[in-house]
Amino acid sequence: MAATVKYADVQPGAELEARSYPVTRLDLVKYCGASGDFNVIHWNERIAKSVGLPDVIAHGMFTMSQAGRYASEWAGDPGAVVEFGVRFSSPVVVPDDDKGATIEVSGTVEEKLDGNKVVLALVARSDGTKVLTRARAVVVLP
Amino acid sequence: MALNRDYIGRSFPPSEPYEVSRVKIAEFANAIGDPSPLCRDREAAQAAGYPDVIAPPTFAIVITMASSSHAVLDEDLGLDYSMVVHGEQRFEYARPLHAGDVVVAQSTITDIRNAGRNVMLTTRTDIKTTGGEHVCTALSALVERGGAA
Repeated sequence: MAATVKYADVQPGAELEARSYPVTRLDLVKYCGASGDFNVIHWNERIAKSVGLPDVIAHGMFTMSQAGRYASEWAGDPGAVVEFGVRFSSPVVVPDDDKGATIEVSGTVEEKLDGNKVVLALVARSDGTKVLTRARAVVVLP
Repeated sequence: MALNRDYIGRSFPPSEPYEVSRVKIAEFANAIGDPSPLCRDREAAQAAGYPDVIAPPTFAIVITMASSSHAVLDEDLGLDYSMVVHGEQRFEYARPLHAGDVVVAQSTITDIRNAGRNVMLTTRTDIKTTGGEHVCTALSALVERGGAA
């Protein structure tokens, strides 16, 4: 347990500082390799468009991982996240340019639970659209 | 083709044992941009009370996918994988996965239901060590676009 945020210091309703995470085609290629998910819609524009997508899209799990990283970084320990769930409401479209896309993550302390657990309500947006909804992370703090 | 509802409740055989390695954890952490030293530096992880470097919370998907793909790619289920998108995902951890863990994953199809024009298929995957210690439960919802049309 290395979380740096103390349970006693956390106030329900507190807003966490928002963060922006860039995502480029190279990030998706790396994620394909690391995860083993080589679905062509995450790297092949021709096929992505042929199945009705606007362009190559990020893996839902890549997007979820950015929200997970956000909660982990806030707590100071990836192992502090004991429950984590999301609904994928919209894809993150990643254009083939040097800039790529941006995933903006923000969070609020929704509730304090027994057992030094804190519920974070997370929101992730890309290009103005919510890409994760019902995103909740339960974090155990010292 | 409609999904075969007989598969609701069906469990699939446990996966081959998966050995969680430091290299794979670091590769995954790099790929998602998680900067935590606890995912890379064994001494830092041990100083934080873990046996070895720990995996980020979404790492379990690597193990889950290998197991649940047996289920969702079963021909008799009738899933058109080219029309599948990820609907929901949830992880519940008894403790973080760490390097040196040897785990098996077992998946069950918990529900198949129509949602408008789409079909939603939900799975539960339990990840345990080969010693039987429960580490993580992963709950997934896959959406087959147009599957109920």
